[in-house]
Amino acid sequence: MWGSFRAETIKAVKRPATWLLAAIGWILSLIFTYLVPYAGYVGDTGGPTSDRLLSDMLPANLVGNSIAGLPVFYGAIMIILGVLVVGGEYGWGTWKTVLVQGPSRMAVFGGKLAVLAVTTLGVLLGTFALGAVASVAIAAAESQPVHWPGLADLVTGVGAGWLIAMMWGAFGGLLAVALRGVALAVGLGLVWALAVQNLLAGIAAPLLDWVAQMQKGLPGPNAGSLVATLGAPADTPGVDALVGSGQATLVLAVYLVAFAAVSAGLLRRRDVL
Amino acid sequence: MTLPVETEGLTKRYGHVTAVDGISLTVRPGEVYGFLGPNGAGKTTTLRMLLGLVRPTAGSARIFGEAPGAPGHLASVGALIEGPGFYPYLSGRDNLRVVARYSGTGEVRIDTVLDLVDLRDRAGDKFGTYSMGMKQRLGVAAALLKDPRLLILDEPTNGLDPAGMADMRTLVRRLGTAGTTIMLSSHLLGEVQQICDRVGVVAGGRLVAESTVAQLRGQATLRVVAEPLEHATARARALLGADRVRVRDGGLDLAVEPEKAAWVNAELVDAGVAVSELRVRERTLEEVFLELTNDVG
Repeated sequence: MWGSFRAETIKAVKRPATWLLAAIGWILSLIFTYLVPYAGYVGDTGGPTSDRLLSDMLPANLVGNSIAGLPVFYGAIMIILGVLVVGGEYGWGTWKTVLVQGPSRMAVFGGKLAVLAVTTLGVLLGTFALGAVASVAIAAAESQPVHWPGLADLVTGVGAGWLIAMMWGAFGGLLAVALRGVALAVGLGLVWALAVQNLLAGIAAPLLDWVAQMQKGLPGPNAGSLVATLGAPADTPGVDALVGSGQATLVLAVYLVAFAAVSAGLLRRRDVL
Repeated sequence: MTLPVETEGLTKRYGHVTAVDGISLTVRPGEVYGFLGPNGAGKTTTLRMLLGLVRPTAGSARIFGEAPGAPGHLASVGALIEGPGFYPYLSGRDNLRVVARYSGTGEVRIDTVLDLVDLRDRAGDKFGTYSMGMKQRLGVAAALLKDPRLLILDEPTNGLDPAGMADMRTLVRRLGTAGTTIMLSSHLLGEVQQICDRVGVVAGGRLVAESTVAQLRGQATLRVVAEPLEHATARARALLGADRVRVRDGGLDLAVEPEKAAWVNAELVDAGVAVSELRVRERTLEEVFLELTNDVG
């Protein structure tokens, strides 16, 4: 599997789409977590809302701010990343090139998952780093004291974010393997992350109790619950503490394992055409 | 003796369609084996089963005694299947680095194989910018990266210009001479006739012939055009026996060694026959191939 991991590393590092996705995630995170709220704060007339806007942007809230997007928009980016890392071989007809070199299908898939894990962690740490810089800049501009979250909170936040990011990435990988392609997998992944989840939460769940109950078992709401318990702003789309952090972590881990296992099973059984 | 390639009753069905129907073939050590057949005959599916990309519905395939999927099954096999598949955003060299890492062979042979396919000057360019011929050559380079004992090439001259095709033939011959066993799928029969020791002909998913190129083409004959034809026929039958004389298209096909051409000519002339044409006629592999595959079709 080490050889497969090293091969996948070249492909991921030199692929422009990897960097483009990371850059989009970082830019969107900066814009909607810091720049837009700060512009709103600067233009505000003052009062309690204004104070809360400012305190939300300070370094003390770095953990919640950095993982708040993962239930929805950052999750969508991770789905695309998963599709590209796992499913790129379908688009270019390279499965045959890879497999005739002799690695087992499971070794190749393991290498892909490992690279996906490293990539998602890298994107996440980049988000934390940019958030730290932005929050310190705002604190300095507004003459506010800088209080960092504790190390344990940071590690927990990164771990939770990584779990959510990997879960979405594995979901993207499963879509790519199941559909044997990239385009449709990306499309369906985005429809799920950006449309279906919101429709269920915003329209169906308030009307139908069974949908509200079902939500507690779906990946998006569990991701939203986990980041909510770690301080993500409650007004961020998808952030809502429907279940406790323990259940959310368990459900997300089960989804991650299930997505990976089903992908592996399909890869192992199917012919490479 | 462990054979480089051995299949027994290899079969692949997709629903009601039988793509490969009970193919049993062998490729012997050190030979260049031509795997021939029209488009859709089942060549590529057979090769995919050999390499473990496609699971057989029935039968078995072995490479150096190992079944597809066994650890080390492809350790000494290089393959180019149905065109080159590489990453367009990577350079040719980086694509070979990826291949080397998957195969665990290290990157020391990259320059060697780039030289073999004459691609070193463009190795730093992105694969997406390559011409079809360059892509094909990179595919062959990747297949050679392991310094394989068995090389499986599926239509390796696709997309190559005449000079590139000649280079490819030279390369295959050189590898064959050096002891590499080569299984070459192609529908360019002139190419196969020039470089292959044995051939297997597949049609309609079945192996319809397997032998040396010479055996498949059969013995050369003498073609004689002479007047009067009846007189020439009678004299030829008297000389050679009736079963070795065939009247066809206003002339005679004589099943006799080419070295006897002068003697046949002298005998016919002495008998008062005017010989206007006498030449050695060898069946081409293409003629044999068309006979075999048309019979199935």
